[in-house]
Amino acid sequence: MKNATIQRVLRNGAVRFGAIVLAVLVTLAALAPVLGTVDPAWLDAVNMNQPPMTKADWTGPDNQTAPRTLLMGTDSFGRDIYSRVLYGTRISLVVGVAVAVVALLIGTFFGLMAGYFRRVDAVLMRVMDGLMAIPGILLAIALVAAWGAQLSTVIIAIAVPEIPRVTRLVRSLVLSIREEPYIEAAISIGTPTWKILLRHVLPNSIAPMVVQGTYVCASAILLEAILSFLGLGLPSEIPTWGNIMAEARVVFSSAPHNMWFPGIFLAFTVLAVNLLGDGLRDTLDPKFNKRGAQR
Amino acid sequence: MSDPRPAVLSVRDLAVALPPGADRELAVEHISFDVGAGEIVCLLGESGSGKSVISFAVMGLLPDNVHVSAGEIRLGDTNLLALTPAQLRELRGDEIAMIFQEPMTALNPVMTCGAQLDELLAEHTLLSAAERRSKTLAMFEAVKLPEPERIFASFPHQLSGGQRQRIMIAMALILEPKLLIADEPTTALDVTTQAEVLALIKTLQRERGTAVLFITHDMGVVAEIADRVVVLQQGKQVEAGPKHDVLQSPQEDYTRMLIAAVPPIDPPVLHHHFADAPALSVHKLCKTYSSGGWLQKRRETRAATLVSFDVRPGETVGIVGESGSGKSTVARCITRLIDPSQGEVHLRDVELHAGSHEALKAARKRIQIVFQDPYRSLDPRQRVGEAIIEGPVNFGVPREQAMARARELMTLVRLSPDVLSRYPNEFSGGQRQRISIARALALDPEVLICDEAVSALDVSVQAQVLKLLEEIQSKLNLAILFITHDLRVAAQICDRVLVMQSGIVVEEGLTRDVFLAPKHDYTRRLLASAPGREFRFAAA
Repeated sequence: MKNATIQRVLRNGAVRFGAIVLAVLVTLAALAPVLGTVDPAWLDAVNMNQPPMTKADWTGPDNQTAPRTLLMGTDSFGRDIYSRVLYGTRISLVVGVAVAVVALLIGTFFGLMAGYFRRVDAVLMRVMDGLMAIPGILLAIALVAAWGAQLSTVIIAIAVPEIPRVTRLVRSLVLSIREEPYIEAAISIGTPTWKILLRHVLPNSIAPMVVQGTYVCASAILLEAILSFLGLGLPSEIPTWGNIMAEARVVFSSAPHNMWFPGIFLAFTVLAVNLLGDGLRDTLDPKFNKRGAQR
Repeated sequence: MSDPRPAVLSVRDLAVALPPGADRELAVEHISFDVGAGEIVCLLGESGSGKSVISFAVMGLLPDNVHVSAGEIRLGDTNLLALTPAQLRELRGDEIAMIFQEPMTALNPVMTCGAQLDELLAEHTLLSAAERRSKTLAMFEAVKLPEPERIFASFPHQLSGGQRQRIMIAMALILEPKLLIADEPTTALDVTTQAEVLALIKTLQRERGTAVLFITHDMGVVAEIADRVVVLQQGKQVEAGPKHDVLQSPQEDYTRMLIAAVPPIDPPVLHHHFADAPALSVHKLCKTYSSGGWLQKRRETRAATLVSFDVRPGETVGIVGESGSGKSTVARCITRLIDPSQGEVHLRDVELHAGSHEALKAARKRIQIVFQDPYRSLDPRQRVGEAIIEGPVNFGVPREQAMARARELMTLVRLSPDVLSRYPNEFSGGQRQRISIARALALDPEVLICDEAVSALDVSVQAQVLKLLEEIQSKLNLAILFITHDLRVAAQICDRVLVMQSGIVVEEGLTRDVFLAPKHDYTRRLLASAPGREFRFAAA
């Protein structure tokens, strides 16, 4: 069964496209230091607002000047955008994955509890309803103001509003799974409750959770860029796509490339993650299986 | 097939191709039969025999990737296979109508029943609104719905299953089609409702001269309603002919096997006498559900009232009744999947009704349950070996030892021990039910509760599982509580039966006494409703 499922997933076009784009991005992020980049925070005052593909004499942190092709140009401080975008990929991917993992772990735990124990459900879901009423950006501003702008703050600020959504999904899955006869069978052969949750309920709700995880990841990447763009995310000297775009905003009419490159990377990343999610949903969710089979 | 009546539907050498990668190339092949006016032809077959595929082919409703690859389907003089989808749509409703197994899903839940018939008439006739209304009400009367005016304004969910199926029949017949296709129309209904609906279909069809293609897996229903029978196996036509020829002197081995698998409704004479102390003793068990309370008026439903019985080692006690009679509630109270409201349940010396779930853990091992639906009672993500050893491992048996025992149990339930590492979806319904039985037996229970354990199985598989249960019972001296709605099954396997209606045991006694000399009205009605009761099948 497992092999057949994996094959079906791998044959899906959306999954393939999303996976390939993401693999390229991960490679770029991991190998950023050896891909001809310079220190992304280094300012070369001579080369400000250079257009892409400019051949310039670049003075590095070691005060050595050497000829260099500025692939994506430079920003108004004279920083190399190519290096900043590549290093920015690291932040975006880390934030996306970390938020998805944190939201899924906590949301799944809450969802299992709420779905399986009626008493917990009544209290926990009201708390979740309250949490969902707080606008995500507002919560992020509050947290960043309270704890300072660090990567962990940004991750928590984005993850917290996602938790109720994951909780609701997992709860609804658990509510239907707990009525299945195989759960009753497990109860009658004396399986303890924690084991029922881990062995029977969780494995049967994993597929929709993986799909939900990709959507959480995509929206987290986007939200991190928005926070940075608004100046509420990581400090502006740290290269994130949002920060690059925020700085580009001022000089947009004269040097639009400052905005384009991080924008294109952001759009492709979110598209790839969403396509991966759609493909996984089509192949893993039984409700969509038939549609997938006819393609 | 020399029938004097002209054929309404004529199927010749029909073959339907499945998409590549299916378990076989053709869903059905070489199918030929006729349905004459005023005649009921039954397509009889077990699951996977292709009987529904034939009905969909006739209706032109095959899925996109399945298509007719050879043969001919004629409705009167029209070749149905040569029609465009638009022409076919014209024919459906006017000339061919269909009723399905599950009336709730076939009716539109947000339209009143009257409006659904009205729409049909408006679409296909030129009648005025008043005429449509009176025609609909007359039709409701014809299908014996009580208070046609009220039903007209009711939504489907406000009606009972039997009433919904009557609405479906009314919808199917109101345009006076020449051909009615009935796809397992009574399978989801209770036995007394089934008897009424079958009688209704028969009467209406006689009055109107409708040709009926009736699809069923139930030999009793065939005996009750058919004029002629077509027996299908794995997409091939095994045998066809008048009902009496096929059912009483079958020519083919497969038909003989099917007929032999139908349990006779007369219980065999009992030879055993069970004198041991009861393994399970239920005393005045009650279960009341209450709903509402806070803002709504409080409502109480008595699912089981004062149910008492004993089950002795080696004995099989049956609880028979229709849906909603409370028989499953009793089983779930005994196993403490739900808590009883009142009453006592003793498993020898242990009180099962009292005590926390923790305290019950040890006792739980001694009483095991097998559920109805073989497709849902095994965790799809758990290998069957893991499922079988889960119970023993919970009680501290080492894995290796439990696995060795699982291999023995697989042999006991007639499955190969080598398949323990497979997932449930690789097994058929009957095999899964054997695995469920093995899982229950892995804990060496004293009492086994079978909650409709064979109801979802094909009749030939059902016979095998019943035989297996009897063997296991005599080997292990198990006390079995057997819950079923199927009187034929109960007649064969139960030593004693309890008949339940609306949560109350209306009659109990030795199976033979209850079946041959029922004392309570309801028991008599239940027994009289068993399809094909009067029919003598060919001797095995």
